[in-house]
Amino acid sequence: MKELLNKKDIERIISRIAHEIIEKNRGTENLCLVGIQRGGVHLAKRLAIKIKAIEQVEIAVGSLDIAMYRDDIGMRKDHPIVRKTELPHDISGKKIVLVDDVLFTGRSIRAAMDAIMDFGRPAQIQLAVLIDRGHRELPIRADYVGKNIPTSRKENIEVELIEEGDSDKVILYEE
Amino acid sequence: MKDRHLLGIRDLSKQDIELCLETAKGFKDVLRRDIKKVPALRGKTVINLFFEPSTRTKTSFEITEKRLSMDVLNFSVPSSSVVKGESLLDTIKTIEAYGVDFIVIRHSSSGVPHFVANNINASVINAGDGINEHPTQALLDAFSILEKKGSLEGLDIAIVGDIFHSRVAKSNIYLLSKFNNRIRLIGPPTLIPEIKNYNIETFSDMDKGIKGVDVIMMLRIQLERQGKGFFPTIQEYFKYWGLDKKRLAIAKDDAIVMHPGPMNRGVEISSDVADCPQSVILDQVTNGLAVRMAIMYLLSGI
Repeated sequence: MKELLNKKDIERIISRIAHEIIEKNRGTENLCLVGIQRGGVHLAKRLAIKIKAIEQVEIAVGSLDIAMYRDDIGMRKDHPIVRKTELPHDISGKKIVLVDDVLFTGRSIRAAMDAIMDFGRPAQIQLAVLIDRGHRELPIRADYVGKNIPTSRKENIEVELIEEGDSDKVILYEE
Repeated sequence: MKDRHLLGIRDLSKQDIELCLETAKGFKDVLRRDIKKVPALRGKTVINLFFEPSTRTKTSFEITEKRLSMDVLNFSVPSSSVVKGESLLDTIKTIEAYGVDFIVIRHSSSGVPHFVANNINASVINAGDGINEHPTQALLDAFSILEKKGSLEGLDIAIVGDIFHSRVAKSNIYLLSKFNNRIRLIGPPTLIPEIKNYNIETFSDMDKGIKGVDVIMMLRIQLERQGKGFFPTIQEYFKYWGLDKKRLAIAKDDAIVMHPGPMNRGVEISSDVADCPQSVILDQVTNGLAVRMAIMYLLSGI
């Protein structure tokens, strides 16, 4: 078991990604953050707070549950639990930044994009992740990456956030 | 969920019931969207086998299945090979050969869904068997109570009417008992069976029975059974066990009125009660979709 990121590291990453989002989108107009349940939701909320501190603008934050859109229902050991989806009123024409904790095969992101499309037609979907651990199975890449961590398939990454756990940290462990 | 079938509430654990109700919340949100369909069970096939006439339950299951992107087949008895003399086991084996993933079954004999479950490699959902159980109705009733009352524990709940023939009442008794509710059965003594080992009081005087209750569940008086001497006349039934505004006032001020449908207005429930703000009868119909979606979603994971 190895600690990859601590509280301070995560804080700096959130701060940098917030700046990158503002820079790339030249401000916050039409912007909306959507976190994937559960880790992504907390990260999206933190990004929104950071963006507000920088630009003095409140941007909409939504949460998205992808359990109903997964392509592996019935193939997994534990059935994905259905959690809340709450998107801003109308997402059509919006620039959406999807936020997730770990980018791995890309299948969750595929499911998330399908789910979003059922709510409307956004102008653009961008992707922000805390960790990119490689091993993509679909042609998906992130626009904003906290940290690239090359892993083996035997390894696992666990993101612990203070909202749900004891502290902020990212650890790598072998199964 | 522990079992890949939903045959009854009696043997379902409290944890499984809670998981089902929690999951149904997510599916209720789906019903409020513009696009009410999710791809959760795409590529799965379901057959609805109704050996008893049913419009509501069958429609509810059919919408549920379509909302989950399943391929849906309906098999109703008058048009099927059953009238040509095929045995139930042969019917089931034929369906199995089609490769279906789910069977939703209603039958007038108790225990048929259990028999089917033992003879087929698919998930079986009991949509009502004889006078035994109707588990999805009890789960949607529980979801509705939880939604309106904020809790499913420690409530006083009256179930009124033909308890004896009602599989809805039985499934509800099993479910509500697991959550420490106090249940009162109200109706003509000829229609109240003896149910042992449950925390139940029985009343033939409705005014006494519904005093101070949080929830009133009305049951349909099955008019097709009239003439068998369970009670003298419909007029008399309404007088003694019908729910009207005057009686509703005896229950708690915020008591909710439930009915599994179809209602016989003027027989077990008056029109002004059926349409009053305390009535959650139409919420039950909507919640039925959310709860059935959750059940099929959860069973598909086993």
